[in-house]
Amino acid sequence: MQQTLYDKLWEGHVVRREEDGTALLYIDRHLVHEVTSPQAFEGLKLAGRGVWRTDSIVATADHNTPTTGWERGVDGIDDATSKLQVTTLDDNIRSHGAKAYFPFLDARQGIVHVIGPENGATLPGMTVVCGDSHTSTHGAFACLAFGIGTSEVEHVLATQCLLSKKSRNMLVQVDGALGRGVSAKDVALALIGRIGTAGGTGYAIEYAGSAIRALSMEGRMTICNMTIEAGARCGMVAVDDTTIEYLRGRPFAPKGEQWERAVALWRTLASDPDAKFDRVVRLDAREIKPQVTWGTSPEMVVAIDERVPDPEREKDAARREGMARALEYMGLAPNTPMRDIRIDKVFIGSCTNSRIEDLRAAAAIVKGRRVAQSVRLAMVVPGSGQVKRQAEREGLDRVFRDAGFQWREPGCSMCLAMNADRLEPGERCASTSNRNFEGRQGAGGRTHLASPEMAAAAAIEGHFVDVREWR
Amino acid sequence: MEKFTVHIGLVAPLDRANVDTDAIIPKQFLKSIKRSGFGPNLFDAWRYRDIGEPGRDNAARPLNPDFVLNQPRCRGASILLARANFGCGSSREHAPWALLDFGFRAVIAPSFGEIFQNNSFKNGLLPIVLAEREVDTLFHDVAAFPGFRLAIDLDRQSVATVDGGRVMRFEIDPFRKHCLLNGLDEIGLTLRHAGEIRAFEAKRRAEQPWLFG
Repeated sequence: MQQTLYDKLWEGHVVRREEDGTALLYIDRHLVHEVTSPQAFEGLKLAGRGVWRTDSIVATADHNTPTTGWERGVDGIDDATSKLQVTTLDDNIRSHGAKAYFPFLDARQGIVHVIGPENGATLPGMTVVCGDSHTSTHGAFACLAFGIGTSEVEHVLATQCLLSKKSRNMLVQVDGALGRGVSAKDVALALIGRIGTAGGTGYAIEYAGSAIRALSMEGRMTICNMTIEAGARCGMVAVDDTTIEYLRGRPFAPKGEQWERAVALWRTLASDPDAKFDRVVRLDAREIKPQVTWGTSPEMVVAIDERVPDPEREKDAARREGMARALEYMGLAPNTPMRDIRIDKVFIGSCTNSRIEDLRAAAAIVKGRRVAQSVRLAMVVPGSGQVKRQAEREGLDRVFRDAGFQWREPGCSMCLAMNADRLEPGERCASTSNRNFEGRQGAGGRTHLASPEMAAAAAIEGHFVDVREWR
Repeated sequence: MEKFTVHIGLVAPLDRANVDTDAIIPKQFLKSIKRSGFGPNLFDAWRYRDIGEPGRDNAARPLNPDFVLNQPRCRGASILLARANFGCGSSREHAPWALLDFGFRAVIAPSFGEIFQNNSFKNGLLPIVLAEREVDTLFHDVAAFPGFRLAIDLDRQSVATVDGGRVMRFEIDPFRKHCLLNGLDEIGLTLRHAGEIRAFEAKRRAEQPWLFG
């Protein structure tokens, strides 16, 4: 029987099955952060249960943490409720234990989906879960990685397992070479534009094809990260030399003889040549242009050389109404060229686009230029302490600062605006994050999703531009 | 979890597609370390005219009279009628917690975000998938008949008008149904298989020791 990568990962983790096919799935890696875990630890305590396997846990505080004022320590968290969540995580990890904990202010603290891979805590063939929907990111390493709710966090803490039903298989095949100025983020947005935010519901997605093979691990993580915005809980990429080379020498990656054994096993983590997929979507990489969202759902996206769509031309009544509502919220007129949209703020960061390669791409655009006068705030929030220091070693912080960007401490920041970084009502932002939902970056805020290069260029010009023509 | 067997309740219509969990419960309310108290901030940005913050007296805030849940006809509603892809986006379980805390016991929609759907089951909030056409008809019914109620019977997997005139069937995994009908503690159920989990783990540790320690 020919198997897909997903079939292999799934079958390899089934502990037992119920009659209706519900499986008890073994979990190798449990990533924990401060927002979705306190009620789970509380539940354990109330039921008098312990943690099944503490060495599966890698924890950090990222959602609530400030990106300025770190010299003030924990007292730098002005919001008392945020502070309580951060200190509650400290208490919970202290009393239960973990393989690794990178607390607020730690040199290796960062966004949970950045620190897992960069420390080698995400390894091929693992099941990886976290109380966060962007856990799909880790699928870039041929992991079965998906987001869960707090009840499931508690279930994993107590049993090292999850009850789950198998999904169907979808193949997203991207062939050809991406053009200059076109990145992994544009591939992800173009796919969502094609299949919609519910297009992947019920599926596990495997990304394949020459364009995916040509991507770095950072690029693959960006695409897998956005899988949840296409409705699928997990996305994945088969192991190849790029995967192996990325992992070599990472702190938690196996060493010596175990490394050799691991690599041999990891090499088998690919779909069999004749494996059957329930759905196949093909994209031609050469046709993908830089993408920018215009509405309040990631599927409301067009290429930079297009215009804001006109609801009048939409035949389906429900869709027409949804478009009109989105345009009203976004304060946009139909048929406006995307290039004419002026922005107030720029956010470069998030688990989608805050890795070193993202910062290099943005810095290359910004170098020697100045942020437009009309832009109130342009900020770069590195994905982790390690990314931040690497960028500083390369002088990228100076490039950004010299151009008028703020260079911040790591965390989730204005992707979801749980800390002090947010849009004010009506403010418009070019953002490298993953969701343009109403109020996502602050109540009344207006988000346009784009790649790091596109967001950086928008900061310089004060409006969106086509980076392909711009340099 | 809370048991779900039969429920008869008033239906509130939320006529928009792709309602995400950020809309169901905005991020500023996720700072709580408790499972309760989210009801007053359900759909906060749509429900109130000002910007909500944790710790504020919600009763003193200006309501948006146009938002459906603020209309007198929805007072006491316990079944939410929604459109496709309800609960997409963030995995926050605060979304079903907020819906339950507000008083909802079931959500009917043509499709759901998968993580939201899962989280709902874990809390005894029943997510019911009906065909687009059936959901359309229900939206018309709610608009036409003030006080429109539905009867949900989980065991029979049916949604019916209270006069019994129309009965719609829905699908649910047998295992989930069993857990909901009996209000079972899933962790307790799983721990009955602790021996099998240990055996699986021991084998895995022998084959891939780098995943442990």
